[in-house]
Amino acid sequence: MSTAGFNSQNGTGTGQTYANGPSQNPVAPQQLPGVGYGMAHQPTYNPMQAKAPPPPAHPGLYPSGPYQPVTPVCSYQPGPPHTSYPAASGQSLLTRPLMGGPPSRTPPQSASPGPRVPAAHATPPPPAVSSSGYYTNPQHPMAPAWQYNAAPQPMGPPATISTPPRGPVAGHVNPASSSTGPPPSTAYSPAPPPPPHVSHNVTQPPGPGMSRSPQHGYTQPGTAPPPMTPMAPHAYQPNRAPYGPPPTGPPPPTMKPAPLPIGLPMATNATPPPPRADAQCGGAVNSTLPPAEHDCPEGDIECPGTVAGNGPPAAPSGYNHVDNQTGVPPPQPGTPGLHLGHYPSLPPGYQNTGYQNASAPHNATSPMHPAMQHATQPYTQAPPPYQQPHGGPGPAQLSPSLAAMSLQSTTPEALRVVNLLQERNLLPPTPIPAPTPCLQQDLQKINCHPEVFRSTLTSIPQTQSLLNKAKMPLGLLLHPFKDLSLPVVTSSTIVRCRSCRTYINPFVSFLDQRRWKCNLCFRVNDVPEEFMYNPVSRSYGEPHKRPEVQNATIEFIAPSEYMLRPPQPAVYLFILDVSHNAVETGYLTVFCQSLLDNINALPGDSRTKVGFITFDSTIHFYNLQEGLSQPQMLIVSDIEDIFLPTPDSLLVNLNECKELVQDLLKSLPTLFEKTMETQSALGSALQAAYKLLLPTGGRMSIFQTQLPNLGVGTLQSREDPNQRAAAKDVQHLSPATDFYKKLALDCSGQQVAVDLFLLSSQYCDLASLGCISRYSAGSVYYYPSYHHQHTPAQVECFQKDLKRYLTRKIGFEAVMRIRCTKGLSIHTFHGNFFVRSTDLLSLPNVNPDAGFAVQMSIEENLDDMQVVSFQAALLYTSSKGERRIRVHTLCLPVVNSLSDIFAGADVQAITGLLACMAVDRSATASLSDARDAMTNAAIDSLTSYRQSVLTIQQPGLLAPACLRLFPLFILALLKQKAFRTGTSTRLDDRLFAMCQLKYQPLVYAMLMIHPALYRVDDLSDEGALNISERTVPQPRVLQLSVEKLSREAAFLMDAGTVMYLWIGRNCHPNFLTQVLGVPSYATVPDNLYLLPELDTPESQRTRAFVGWLRDQRPFFPSLQVIRDESQLKPTFMQNMIEDRTESALSYYEFLLHLQQQISK
Amino acid sequence: MEAAVFILSLVDCCALIFLSVYFIITLSDLECDYINARACCSKLNKWVIPEMVGQCLSTMLMLVSTHWFVFLLNLPVAAWNIYRYVKVPMGNMGVFDPTEIHNRGQLKSHMKEAMIKLGYHLLCFFIYLYSMILALIND
Repeated sequence: MSTAGFNSQNGTGTGQTYANGPSQNPVAPQQLPGVGYGMAHQPTYNPMQAKAPPPPAHPGLYPSGPYQPVTPVCSYQPGPPHTSYPAASGQSLLTRPLMGGPPSRTPPQSASPGPRVPAAHATPPPPAVSSSGYYTNPQHPMAPAWQYNAAPQPMGPPATISTPPRGPVAGHVNPASSSTGPPPSTAYSPAPPPPPHVSHNVTQPPGPGMSRSPQHGYTQPGTAPPPMTPMAPHAYQPNRAPYGPPPTGPPPPTMKPAPLPIGLPMATNATPPPPRADAQCGGAVNSTLPPAEHDCPEGDIECPGTVAGNGPPAAPSGYNHVDNQTGVPPPQPGTPGLHLGHYPSLPPGYQNTGYQNASAPHNATSPMHPAMQHATQPYTQAPPPYQQPHGGPGPAQLSPSLAAMSLQSTTPEALRVVNLLQERNLLPPTPIPAPTPCLQQDLQKINCHPEVFRSTLTSIPQTQSLLNKAKMPLGLLLHPFKDLSLPVVTSSTIVRCRSCRTYINPFVSFLDQRRWKCNLCFRVNDVPEEFMYNPVSRSYGEPHKRPEVQNATIEFIAPSEYMLRPPQPAVYLFILDVSHNAVETGYLTVFCQSLLDNINALPGDSRTKVGFITFDSTIHFYNLQEGLSQPQMLIVSDIEDIFLPTPDSLLVNLNECKELVQDLLKSLPTLFEKTMETQSALGSALQAAYKLLLPTGGRMSIFQTQLPNLGVGTLQSREDPNQRAAAKDVQHLSPATDFYKKLALDCSGQQVAVDLFLLSSQYCDLASLGCISRYSAGSVYYYPSYHHQHTPAQVECFQKDLKRYLTRKIGFEAVMRIRCTKGLSIHTFHGNFFVRSTDLLSLPNVNPDAGFAVQMSIEENLDDMQVVSFQAALLYTSSKGERRIRVHTLCLPVVNSLSDIFAGADVQAITGLLACMAVDRSATASLSDARDAMTNAAIDSLTSYRQSVLTIQQPGLLAPACLRLFPLFILALLKQKAFRTGTSTRLDDRLFAMCQLKYQPLVYAMLMIHPALYRVDDLSDEGALNISERTVPQPRVLQLSVEKLSREAAFLMDAGTVMYLWIGRNCHPNFLTQVLGVPSYATVPDNLYLLPELDTPESQRTRAFVGWLRDQRPFFPSLQVIRDESQLKPTFMQNMIEDRTESALSYYEFLLHLQQQISK
Repeated sequence: MEAAVFILSLVDCCALIFLSVYFIITLSDLECDYINARACCSKLNKWVIPEMVGQCLSTMLMLVSTHWFVFLLNLPVAAWNIYRYVKVPMGNMGVFDPTEIHNRGQLKSHMKEAMIKLGYHLLCFFIYLYSMILALIND
């Protein structure tokens, strides 16, 4: 049954899915240094490979003992004791190993995972905090020393770089290793002992391995899943071996055993060492992997479509770049590259991805300034994990030696005390990586990528009272439909828990071969017969090696039980405002041209339908039925009781009627050129559109340029321009009518999503209009003061956004359910959707640019648990009419002490979640309430830290290192367009900023909150990334303070959706002529928004850098050149968050304010 | 006369008890995912005004018949019902808004409110019953 499904996959589909894996082999050679890492990866891989390999003779091998064939492996097998690993999850020790062959296999997997994790740690380091400061830390001198040591050494070689973070880990494990941080890696490779891993390798060699790789990439985005694949089996073995032996003489024994038996407690101990290896491997692997992935993954994944259409390609490329740097060729070069790129490449960049692509490059590029790395390391929160490898267990559970180790290290880096009033340069020079949960290595290795699934606290408190004490919000941030290359599984039965319906995932435990225990509700379930067969390895009796159990992110092709009705065609309906105001803006031309250009790239199949409605004071329909010689316009002027003139021919098959559609698009801009109609009956147009889409569902895109002022849904202007700068409360942040909300819910019920493009120079009441998108899971785009001649930057932005919008991947009739381990519950949701029941989000459409956030509470104590899991399952219909389920599972440790909670705090996720909460608060209460709440969040958490965690009370404003940017981000939020007061802000601008904070994935939202500032007049190739033969300079991120600006220089500010290039008055003429192409400062045009393509190295560097930044995000940030006299200068200066403004505190003053409140 | 007032109040109170039970059942259906938020809220919103009217009716009855203690007992609940109806934001679809009900623990607070009201109405029920019997005997 299901097996058949798999088989087919293996033959074709599967291959694709796993395709990524193949490329890995090539990597192997490169990895040599990092080979150790590879080990970790391999485990994962192996399973994968197994699947993929089917064609090769492997299957046969397997049963007999595939591992054995590999010589090294043999040693492994003896290890059967490892059998425990069967539990993949490692959590529970399973004793099912008996099976001679199979058991051996499993162990390898576990081992591999561990390593990866560490890698992640390594990458993050960015924090620029003055390293000196760190070192000096009186309290925790030990720890810093560790990290540092390790870090520096690794630095030298790129591969090593990633390792540094590991260093600390190693420290935990083996003291000796710490001292010899660098050597270990080398040692690793030589150390063959680990052969067990080797066995894995054996499996891998087959082509199949390649396919697997994609999965890896996915699962361990951070850790460089791809690497797994890349690692040639051979490479793997060596790597692993290194682990145990190299670290330190003494520890090795423990180590070895530990790695293999993931499930075993020992594993924890063992794990630490692997980390290093992983890190290295990760880097290497990543680079290598990418290529492999290209091959198959794309095909399997839906992404391909997306990729093609989407702007995303660029972003991927960004990732690729990173990879490249690593030395490995970009995996994504192939078509798949785009999607794949994101993920696969990530491995090294784990953190990179998490934060900004840029960071990844850094990591990858060991070239980075050593200083930088140092700085970053302190940042990394990886260290904490070490201490509590198990997460739950804590030091007590560690073996004595380990415990001793942890004692030595004392506080993890994340808890290092920072006096914010004294240390000024806290901002890391590179993007901030996501902290890594302190899980066992094997679990962490397969954990969900932080860019997809992230928690504000990477260590979950055991009780609600503990959470309340910590005063930090607990929540999840998701980006579930991100463009990714995923392993895809086709199976007639999708294995789920019988009571809570959780999908089987890597964190379940297998009690024996026939039973598994759900990790969310703890029910014991039977393993279905079909699940016993592993399509990847073509072997029987290894349910724990199935792709579902090897990947924290996976996609299923859903059988018919998952459909309420047959998949509907992709339907796109465009509703265009053609009133006088709209024609004035000239957007119609751009829209029609964009659609004409991309008409073949619209996601869909042969059934795709399109339709058009235009409206002013009347509604115009267009009959595009086949056979007509030209489009026929039908005008309905009865807007009170709207009806469809010819219900059948308004939505037409795009393929059959393409010519008519094109005719219409060509004539539309001229059709209304001379209209004098100024009214807008948007409400009626929406009702008409709703009726049109009623039978099929689909997507409607509204282009609106003014306040609807006729018929239903009429809105009044509520904004008083004189109050824009009021320091008092801002009114009218909530909708004026429930018309749009009701309509949105109707749409949601009929699987229609509404996307709103607002191009307006006047007040449009986005608070009310926005509801139409907010509750129907649409998206909102806003182009204030759009005009085709006066605002060329907006026009370009609109064009690029449209292209991305029209061509990006889309999922129809989607629902997303977020489940969490019993005891936890979700109490608030943020994002665009309708919450249909307690954990079910209704998403008529889902797009890859949508982010979600939820707040959680702990309802029952999590006393007996060491880890908790969260699962987000997104069920959708692809544009090709396939029903698919994308499942993400995140596993986090449970802790019972406040210091552990603080050590696991993810400052960016907390900021993102607080922003969402503040948006809600300003709508339900008031803006000043929301602002106070944000300030209090900072005060409360730092107070709690001071009172409960700090043992030595010092003067000053003390924060743990992991939260040292918290006050800065809170201040940035207070000065953000959405929440600022005292500065003139249009209501619509404010509301749009609020929408974005709620709706954007964390990475992009963080740029909006705290823009990145770079000096660009002295870009050099030092530390630059090499991406597809382009050199991308990597200037460091500067603090947002005028103090950092200089008249002799030029600066680029990247604020997410817009970039400002600020030219100093005395800017070097070289920059002006070579980059801007103007002879002097005075001649810099006021509305320059394009960098001229000059054939000079300076120009190339600058353009490469700007292009690279743009490539990293799906939307298009416009570039605006600013001089001292520019009108935009105030906008630029408002982003100087650390400076004082008329109405807001400077960063230092804000800190003093916090300190005052805290010491009260 | 006095008996008539209490009989009327008793009937009114019974209706309010049934309404509270209906609220609780509907909300727990939503909690258990038997109905969706939209259906639940439109069902409940229909009964917000009747509930308010019922509560005000018994309050007025007590006021008119000068039963000060029972009147003061009724007053806060009536005031609360009116307050929450008046305070519904313009953009919401009623006291129960399907887009908000799952947020910020609203479902739980609605549930708690319905429970408290049920207890309160039961208390009133017995007070009315007692008063009614007393009135009938006195007559």
